[in-house]
Amino acid sequence: MSIRRILVANRGEIAARILRTCRKLDIETVLAASEADRDSLPARLATRTVCIGPAHPTASYLKPELQVQAALGTGCDAIHPGYGFLSERAAFARLCEQHGVIFIGPTSGQLAIAGDKLAARAAAQAVEVPLAPGGEVPSREVARELAARIGMPMLVKAAGGGGGRGMKLVERVADLDAALELAAAEAGAAFGDARVYLERFVARARHVEVQVLGDGAGNIVHLGERDCSVQRRYQKIIEETPAPGIPDELRSRLHDAAIRFAARLRYRGAGTVEFLVDVQRDEFYFLEMNARIQVEHPVTEAVSGVDIVAAQVAIASGGGLRLVRGEAWRDGCAIECRINAEDPARDFAPSPGTVRSARWPVGEGIRVDTHIESGARVPPYYDSLLGKIIAHGRDRAQALTRLRAAVAVTRIEGIATNLGLHAEILADPEFMAGGVDTGYLARLLGKRPAQVAVAHHG
Amino acid sequence: MTLTARDVAEITRLLEDSSFDELELEIDGLKIHLRRGSGNGDIPRFLAKGDRPPASSREPGEARPLVPNPSPAPLSDPNLTEVRAPLLGTFYRAPKPGAPPFVEVGASVAPETVIGIIEVMKLMNAVRAGTRGVVREIRARDGTLVEYGETLLLIDARESR
Repeated sequence: MSIRRILVANRGEIAARILRTCRKLDIETVLAASEADRDSLPARLATRTVCIGPAHPTASYLKPELQVQAALGTGCDAIHPGYGFLSERAAFARLCEQHGVIFIGPTSGQLAIAGDKLAARAAAQAVEVPLAPGGEVPSREVARELAARIGMPMLVKAAGGGGGRGMKLVERVADLDAALELAAAEAGAAFGDARVYLERFVARARHVEVQVLGDGAGNIVHLGERDCSVQRRYQKIIEETPAPGIPDELRSRLHDAAIRFAARLRYRGAGTVEFLVDVQRDEFYFLEMNARIQVEHPVTEAVSGVDIVAAQVAIASGGGLRLVRGEAWRDGCAIECRINAEDPARDFAPSPGTVRSARWPVGEGIRVDTHIESGARVPPYYDSLLGKIIAHGRDRAQALTRLRAAVAVTRIEGIATNLGLHAEILADPEFMAGGVDTGYLARLLGKRPAQVAVAHHG
Repeated sequence: MTLTARDVAEITRLLEDSSFDELELEIDGLKIHLRRGSGNGDIPRFLAKGDRPPASSREPGEARPLVPNPSPAPLSDPNLTEVRAPLLGTFYRAPKPGAPPFVEVGASVAPETVIGIIEVMKLMNAVRAGTRGVVREIRARDGTLVEYGETLLLIDARESR
């Protein structure tokens, strides 16, 4: 069935991103906006905007019934959930399915498996995708057995968590019981699922993920990998493709593993299979699958030439993967910086407010995905992402040079941002050399004097 | 079994006079779920189920024109009060298709008077006038989507008796 009108159930830069592709595809759009986002850039890009509720997301963006009602009431064939909010809620996809609205994403059943980290581990195991040693801990005895077999330190993870949420590092066996108890209580409160599991903590690993597209009939293609190792408290801030310094043989094993996992689910739509990679040991472990479009998808688009949102729409309307296969690979390298409204001088506290003026970069190989322009308000209710600057080059050195220049001319006035931190990382010899691990940013932040952060904005 | 506006008012009054916060009633397959609000006039208080066609009964592939709602003209008359939609959904002026509307232009209303229903996924939310007066103008069309905060009707306080 062809899709003629899409409800965009999101906000911010990803709403703007989705709306732009819909315009290109000549698809009408309805933006479901909260009261705080009525005058946002996405509201002007959409064919129509409907106000679905108050600013607080629990009363608007996180209400499945409001989103579906808005879609039905405006005659939309499909809903694009973006990322975050309801994008990975199986119940939301199911509600869409029940009401005959196409959910642009996987089926509710696939979301349920990807969202249950233990079910996802089982699926990975079934197709011989390597897992970090560990497992479910139904009792203290099992936990102690696992700890003895695998060794400390270990991570306690929540079955209903993901993306770093509900994760705890345990360094001593003596702390295991208390950590498990606390984690289970927190997981029960946060995710409505108190199951926790243990995994070996890999200290020096890289976060490498593979972008996949599936037609829902068992056919899967990958669009290469992304290295997202520059993280602060499990939040990615710089991503790039290809992953630098990974042997080709390991790279293709990662791609194959991602395809096997997605094929096992007969995955439909765009998704990302995340791995921890230990380059020294030439090993990798499955982390989880993100069953949605991701923030960092533009680096893949820059190198593959595939418009991932257009591919999602094509798959959702039954067009399969044929549009994707025909695309020409552009090659080269792409790197992305996430520009956040947060204050590095105040331990990265969110800095909502009004953007007095915004000047984003333009230039050869530069792409900016943002909803922020001069005068835009950054409400305190949502995530702090202001926009992404993506640089593409024929190789990593050229992409890096372009990105450094682009970040240097970007000006966001009126609120604090992490632009200064990006400038610092992009000029740091270790990052420039490529292949940093997930502990890199914490080490960089730990060794520099505090006033460096303050000097970058005012 | 059908629900009339008077039944709705009667059942609501029963709950309000009681010491309970919630009431669930099932008569001949018709299920009514009533919940006491927080005292704020904007909170929907009445949730019922069963006497509306399902929202998904629309024609498949129906292509209605996508017309943004007209932006409301500012109220120049200080005696007029807007009754706004407390939530997004389909607005109904009557308790069921073919039944007389809850209110017409010229009707006297009290703060507790039900002036319409907003349906969200088959849940019926009663909308109350929230003020005393006479209905001057009805802006929201029956059976259409209303946005959160959209003006449903105007009430004139001068003509209250």
